[in-house]
Amino acid sequence: MTGGGGTTPELLRDHGFLAGVSRGTRALLSEGARIVGFDQGALLLREGEDAGTVFLITGGRVAIEIHAPSRGPIVIDTVEPGHVVGLSWMAAPFRWQFDARALEPVEAVAIDTQRLRDDLAAHPEAAAELYQRFSAVLLARLQATRIRLLDLYANAGH
Amino acid sequence: MPATDLAVGSPTLRSPLTPVPYRIVKRRVELDDVVTMSVVPVAGEAGEPFHFAHGQFNMLTSFGVGEVAISISSAPAGEGPIEHTVRDVGAVTRALCAAPVGSVIGVRGPFGHHWGIDSIDDAADVVVVGGGIGLAPLRGAIRDLAGRRHRRSGRLFVLAGMRTPAQILFPDDLEAWRTAGIHVGVAVDVGAPGWDGSVGVVTVLLPQAPFEPAGAVALLCGPEIMMRFVARQLVDQGVEPSRIRVSLERNMQCGVGLCGHCQLGPLLLCRDGPVVPYGGVADQLFMERNR
Repeated sequence: MTGGGGTTPELLRDHGFLAGVSRGTRALLSEGARIVGFDQGALLLREGEDAGTVFLITGGRVAIEIHAPSRGPIVIDTVEPGHVVGLSWMAAPFRWQFDARALEPVEAVAIDTQRLRDDLAAHPEAAAELYQRFSAVLLARLQATRIRLLDLYANAGH
Repeated sequence: MPATDLAVGSPTLRSPLTPVPYRIVKRRVELDDVVTMSVVPVAGEAGEPFHFAHGQFNMLTSFGVGEVAISISSAPAGEGPIEHTVRDVGAVTRALCAAPVGSVIGVRGPFGHHWGIDSIDDAADVVVVGGGIGLAPLRGAIRDLAGRRHRRSGRLFVLAGMRTPAQILFPDDLEAWRTAGIHVGVAVDVGAPGWDGSVGVVTVLLPQAPFEPAGAVALLCGPEIMMRFVARQLVDQGVEPSRIRVSLERNMQCGVGLCGHCQLGPLLLCRDGPVVPYGGVADQLFMERNR
């Protein structure tokens, strides 16, 4: 499949999340991948639904948000091109915990996560490569969350 | 980078410990707790012209209340007023923030080492990262670098981390720099309705800034924890640690390295800082626990 920015294998080859990943692992990913696009404001995924897809963002910015009664959507994080949206597929109950919304026109490579879990179970080397990268994403987000909890820019005098 | 021409004993200082009366000629409320005041010498009190460099600070006196160190937030511009951006964090800063146009404050300085932007190679990309009120000591340097962009081949990147969209400091400056073609990125810790920019730690902006790390110079000012993470990521992205400059803040009091209140390791920051190199200096100080 071809998107505005190249074919699926090309987009996977150039994606920052997969930098350094072996050709075999990329080929495995490519089999269950497709290029998708979202208009500004569209939801990539919705809280509570099955975590059936992971998105490797190739263009546009995505907001991770949660809807609060009387407040509307609250943006928790933003994800830039070269990064990943959707990590809840990695562990049961495989359900999205937040919404993800396109803040601008977004292009991504969407990967079927049921197939991905099956493929990784059958290919330990690919599993090691990819789970290491997903773990790095989880770690980076945990660390960023901890820093933000410090409220560094608050006025200490107030 | 050492401000040898601006160090203690400079002819620009009548006496480093005697405040000079300055009058507030303009006052702009930036945020609920932040005010920028423009000051000029009270007639007949000026003495020598006030020369300073980006990143230096003055000791400002609110008479009857006290004295506090505040960075200069304007660019050196000859005879014009100088600006200080003050955040209300205590008794002295509260009095300064509340001081009306026409009132007189005390100014002594300038003190400390500056950003050293004149030493930056014209071909080098410059990455400026400010967090919260930390953008103020960088503002003059950014303005000067922005003014030089047509003769510099190196590009300028301005990245700011703020608490919320409503607490973005100098939004007009940021927009003007963006309009001028400068790469400007802002990340907020907490989003708000209508905000479609980045939400997250300011480091999320670094991978999106297409600077050339070889030869790049970075200027950082903000909460120390923020600077630690930004500096490490810049190094991870290929920036030479010695080319990263950070502004450190401690309890500045005398301004001339006599009282010792601002000691940080082997440094007296009023004299040896506030701007110091990251590589070989701040990177080690950041990791000291007994300070």
